[in-house]
Amino acid sequence: MKAVILGATKGMGRALARQAAARGDALFLLGRNTSDLERSAADCTARTPGQVKVGFATCDLADPDGFDAALDAADEALGGFDTVIVTAGMFGTQEQLEADLDRLRALLTVNFAHTVLFCEAARARLMARGSGTLCVFSSVAGDRGRKPVVLYGASKAGLSAYLEGLDHRYRAAGLVTVCVKPGFVRTSMTEGLTPPPFAGEPDTVASRVLAAVDRGKPVVYAPWIWAWVMWVIRLLPRFVMRKVGF
Amino acid sequence: MDAPPVPPDALDNRESALQRSNTADVGEIGGWGRVMVPGREVRDENLERLTEDAVLCRGLGRSYGDSSLPPPGVSDVAGTTLADRILSFDPETLALRAEAGLSLRALLRVFFPRGYFVPVTPGTTFVTLGGMVASDVHGKNHHCAGTFGEHVTALKMRVADGRIVECTPQQHPDLFWATIGGMGLTGHILEVEFTMVKIPSPWIYMESERVPNIDAYMTGLAEAAQTWPMTMGWIDVLSSGDQLGRGILMRGRWAEPDEAPEGFPEPKSRPGVPFVFPQFALNPLSVKLFNAAYYRKPVGAGITHPEPFFWPLDAIHDWNRIYGPRGFTQYQCVLPKAAGKDAARRFLEVLSRLGGASFLCVIKDCGAQGRGMLSFPMDGISIALDIPVRDDTQQLVDALNEHIIGDGGRIYLTKDNFTRPEHFAAMEPRLEAFMEVRRRWDPQLRFRSAQSVRMLGDPQ
Repeated sequence: MKAVILGATKGMGRALARQAAARGDALFLLGRNTSDLERSAADCTARTPGQVKVGFATCDLADPDGFDAALDAADEALGGFDTVIVTAGMFGTQEQLEADLDRLRALLTVNFAHTVLFCEAARARLMARGSGTLCVFSSVAGDRGRKPVVLYGASKAGLSAYLEGLDHRYRAAGLVTVCVKPGFVRTSMTEGLTPPPFAGEPDTVASRVLAAVDRGKPVVYAPWIWAWVMWVIRLLPRFVMRKVGF
Repeated sequence: MDAPPVPPDALDNRESALQRSNTADVGEIGGWGRVMVPGREVRDENLERLTEDAVLCRGLGRSYGDSSLPPPGVSDVAGTTLADRILSFDPETLALRAEAGLSLRALLRVFFPRGYFVPVTPGTTFVTLGGMVASDVHGKNHHCAGTFGEHVTALKMRVADGRIVECTPQQHPDLFWATIGGMGLTGHILEVEFTMVKIPSPWIYMESERVPNIDAYMTGLAEAAQTWPMTMGWIDVLSSGDQLGRGILMRGRWAEPDEAPEGFPEPKSRPGVPFVFPQFALNPLSVKLFNAAYYRKPVGAGITHPEPFFWPLDAIHDWNRIYGPRGFTQYQCVLPKAAGKDAARRFLEVLSRLGGASFLCVIKDCGAQGRGMLSFPMDGISIALDIPVRDDTQQLVDALNEHIIGDGGRIYLTKDNFTRPEHFAAMEPRLEAFMEVRRRWDPQLRFRSAQSVRMLGDPQ
């Protein structure tokens, strides 16, 4: 696998990049902060068999004008990538987002509009070379409108719908789309929140996602238990959802 | 597409995690001994930002007592475990640099299969590099290799005036050697650089033998130290009379490639202790049965898996739960050579008279004292025993401390929860010099812990 990872410096992206590096995949990291990228690239380099150097370039989901240059840099370093993984995104609690419209606008823009734009740029390159995998982190929060994650969930619901559409439209043409739906995972993003039952670790998610990428699985819940949790939640009638707190 | 303007700071929803967490509830936090205080750990990948307002860092929380707990009146400690990147490794010089929250377990997962090992490992892999420096950990090879701090070549630290400084044995040596074994009280350790070692194979050649009493044990330990790079042993603290201090002595070395099995030793699975044992589970009878059974475990010589050799208790997840709801403490002391050959015997006699019972009592000879200003080991014999917390634990620790002060011994801060300040001052002639460096770098004593307030008289 020759993979570009947007968001590899933190949380699940970091865990995923490390596991990919450890098994010898060629990586190129994209992110917002140069010094942070430098450190993560060094970390992945140290974990790659033979310490093969991992490259990086800045790319900010807030700035779509930079997407092409970032993907050019990745293409050049990897000699044409075959996999694009997006773990970057924003998070805010329902209370934080309701209270801060600037933050809400930024979150909706980054998590949906700009992530889709990035994916479109990546898709064009992958399809031009005949095949490839696009693996994008959405969330279980996008599966059903729910009280604690109305706004964050809406941004992820849009993203999930886009990824499902891509899978239907382009799989036959060679584009494999993997939509990752993590449940609650203990990362710095969720630090300070009370973990619900079934909270997962980034490493567990990462190994599941890598397996899904290898097999071209269109949707993957991680940790696995969330597939069943969300199945139940999707079945709950509306009058129940109005009553419950989750 | 004409994107709506995104204010740059709105995008950065990752303001200081310490500030962000102020809305969450303050729960309880404890050391590995499970004696709890109010407080919580706040984590972030960005250790520089996280430590801006912090009074104390905490790694994996494996120090037994209160050294990784916030001082009274402070709720938050900065948890370093998300700052865990390897920053460089040079296969020529074996120099490795990493963020302080990297765990030994994660480090070895990468480098052990490639034939590299840490110069010194403590009895668990669930420690961070920062914690290994702050406790200046030692291992079975102390008599040959010294403490971990002896292999550290540089530290990147946030000091009390807010600066970030690089310190080495040449650059700010006072800060460097006060930080080695300084329990995190001199500043926040952000990065650690040290020298790895190359190993002939990932397997261990070990010999173990049953020893009838403490005198035989001490003789065996001293003999083994002459030729073996790794020694340690376990003794039965409930035995008495001629059998006082009977136990099992182990000596080991890395196996050579021609005697080692093919392949890398498979990681062992880790069953867990699913719940906190009730207090009555640990009673004189169960402890006696355990010790008697352990004494009869098979001994011999041969190639062995490195995990049970180096980190036997890592095999049992949450093993600290067996000590019951009140938790436990570990009493670990070192008695100097000057205290005489029979120092260990006299310690055991005092322990036996006081009725201290322990599942595991570990004895190991130490080499010369390191350069860390509060580093624990010194030339002599180290004794460690787990003690479940009961109403009389304070008296037991007091009495043991009074005994070892008479012999010129000292305790290991990383394990301690009960030592009185006057006792610690009496056993630690280096304390004043340490405090002088600390005050030089941190005049207000901003950096402190529950332990430093309790034992060093830091401001609350």
